[in-house]
Amino acid sequence: MTDAVEIRNAVKRYGNVTALHGVSLTIRDNEFFTLLGPSGCGKTTLLRMIAGFEDVTEGEIRLFGQNIANLEPNHRPVNTVFQHYALFPHMSVIDNVAFGLKMQKVAQDARRKRAAEMLEMVHLSAFADRLPAQLSGGQQQRVALARALAPSPKVLLLDEPLSALDLKLRQAMRVELKQLQEDTGITFIFVTHDQEEALTMSDRIAVMSAGHVQQIGTAQEIYEAPVNRFVADFIGETNLLPVEVLSVRDGRAEVTLPGGHRLQVAAAGQGIGKHHLSIRPERMALTEAGDLQAVVDRVVYLGTDRQVIARLEDGTPLHLRLQNSDRVAVPAPGKRVGLAVEAGAARLLAD
Amino acid sequence: MALRNVRHYPGFLAMTVACLVILYAPLLVVMAYSFNDSTSITNWGGVSLRWYTDVFTGPEAPRFKAAAWNSLTIAVIAATSATAIATAAALAMLRAGGFKGRSLTYALINLPLMVPEIVIAVASLIFFSMVGLTPGYLTILIAHITFCIPFAYLPIAARLQGIDGSFEQAARDLYASRAQSFFLILLPLMMPGVVSGYLLAFIISLDDFIITNFVKGAGMETLPTAIYGSVKQGIKPNIMAISTLMLGVSILFVTLSYLINRKGQKSL
Ligand SMILES: Nc1ncnc2c1ncn2[C@@H]1O[C@H](COP(=O)(O)OP(=O)(O)OP(=O)(O)O)[C@@H](O)[C@H]1O
Ligand SMILES: [Mg+2]
Repeated sequence: MTDAVEIRNAVKRYGNVTALHGVSLTIRDNEFFTLLGPSGCGKTTLLRMIAGFEDVTEGEIRLFGQNIANLEPNHRPVNTVFQHYALFPHMSVIDNVAFGLKMQKVAQDARRKRAAEMLEMVHLSAFADRLPAQLSGGQQQRVALARALAPSPKVLLLDEPLSALDLKLRQAMRVELKQLQEDTGITFIFVTHDQEEALTMSDRIAVMSAGHVQQIGTAQEIYEAPVNRFVADFIGETNLLPVEVLSVRDGRAEVTLPGGHRLQVAAAGQGIGKHHLSIRPERMALTEAGDLQAVVDRVVYLGTDRQVIARLEDGTPLHLRLQNSDRVAVPAPGKRVGLAVEAGAARLLAD
Repeated sequence: MALRNVRHYPGFLAMTVACLVILYAPLLVVMAYSFNDSTSITNWGGVSLRWYTDVFTGPEAPRFKAAAWNSLTIAVIAATSATAIATAAALAMLRAGGFKGRSLTYALINLPLMVPEIVIAVASLIFFSMVGLTPGYLTILIAHITFCIPFAYLPIAARLQGIDGSFEQAARDLYASRAQSFFLILLPLMMPGVVSGYLLAFIISLDDFIITNFVKGAGMETLPTAIYGSVKQGIKPNIMAISTLMLGVSILFVTLSYLINRKGQKSL
């Protein structure tokens, strides 16, 4: 099967600003693929190059095997849901949704029917004759989605489409979007800077920073096996500890934590010397006899769980998450505790 | 201490009244005396429409009619051409990305607003005689198209600047060609600015005197030059009637231009 989108060494320069430094990505057909990264990392730029609004300075982009460098945006089987929707203000909702079909010269009856189906799919049939300005933000977002899906594109590009919605609506739309992607079988390329959004919806995620792709993988892969400090830190919450690798044998490394404690962790090709270790807060527990000694500094109540900030012997802070449950004892600040790190939870990072 | 409202400054009222009187008293006098029944321009002889009738049927009526027809056709052609050129210019300035000489182009488009009108008038006259164009209808038309462009450009460019580029991109994304995205999406969104620019150009052309007077040649009159010609023979009350009519047309067009612009502002 051919891949939906293949990006090879794409470079984008604006004058002397380089927005993308040689990005390579392969997005499979039928995939919900997310570009995740902080503001300014080049997500929108990459999306706009796929849509055809920006030239590719170097490298190439293939769409189902075809090099699209010389295709105008209107000749690419790709539709976009714009960040601020860009609904045509002078056209009714139904005319907005039918616009792409009209441009494709679909007969009036057929395009009206299809547009009506699309509106039904996004639960907006009752609003067909309104103008975009007469809709709420959430409704406009759905119209934008219906408009982009009506011509049945092969790839749908979504640039932070949920960022203007409130939290509840955003959470509901995540589920709907994922469902829609599965129902239509269209490849979605979704841009966001919200890691929770990325983790909950995506088949695979590309984590980007400063114009580079840092890691590509499933939500679980990038969360549990981040390849570097940036990814570990950007995705979720983590404890990044400077450590010294003393010896490596059979894929196991023995490291010294700040404060002198030694720990056995999986090594991923690192040699002896200074590295960083990532330990997720929810993968440590307080134990009576834990060999890693710390002193509780602060306990913060967060609802579903509690955040415990404990300090190692040398004062390095460690964050832990304790489930909010009667079965879990809450330590008092100042108390000396032992910490148990789950096997496999500590991850040695490349840089 | 709280800042005092400007109304509380000493002399505010006197200054306001003085400004209003200086600006509007002459207009009010002309408007009032256009309804005067007397042949004198200073003595009040009761209300009548006789000078309006005189404008349309009196001895000077044929002259005024011919001049009005010239003014109207020139204003329509000049406003239409200037609007088309200004629209193209605005698109080039605001949608073509940065190009070499963009600031210079901007200055060139708007310069006629700053250059003293008399200078343009003299320069145009000299230019037309150098290239061998006989002063007449055509020379007036060319001059009017030229000086109308910046007036049409301002509201059109202001409007275009407020239209986010994503609308055109969305159209292109949905399989519209460049032309379709312009005619189906961008132009309708620009329309309030275009209409407003057209009306402004129209009224500027209709009202122009100095440049027209220089380039019109003998025997060719527009309404302002015809009025001037009559006044030179001595002011008669019919001039007040025709001036009031022109004032009415101007106010109508400027108001329309303003309203259309404001309505468009709301719809974006
Ligand atoms: N037209 C442009 N001219 C110059 N630089 C640009 C242009 N467009 C984008 N950039 C630069 O390219 C980089 C990437 O921008 P981009 O819009 O792709 O970021 P992003 O990841 O989408 O960020 P955000 O989450 O804030 O939308 C930024 O540093 C930006 O300043
Ligand atoms: Mg962006």
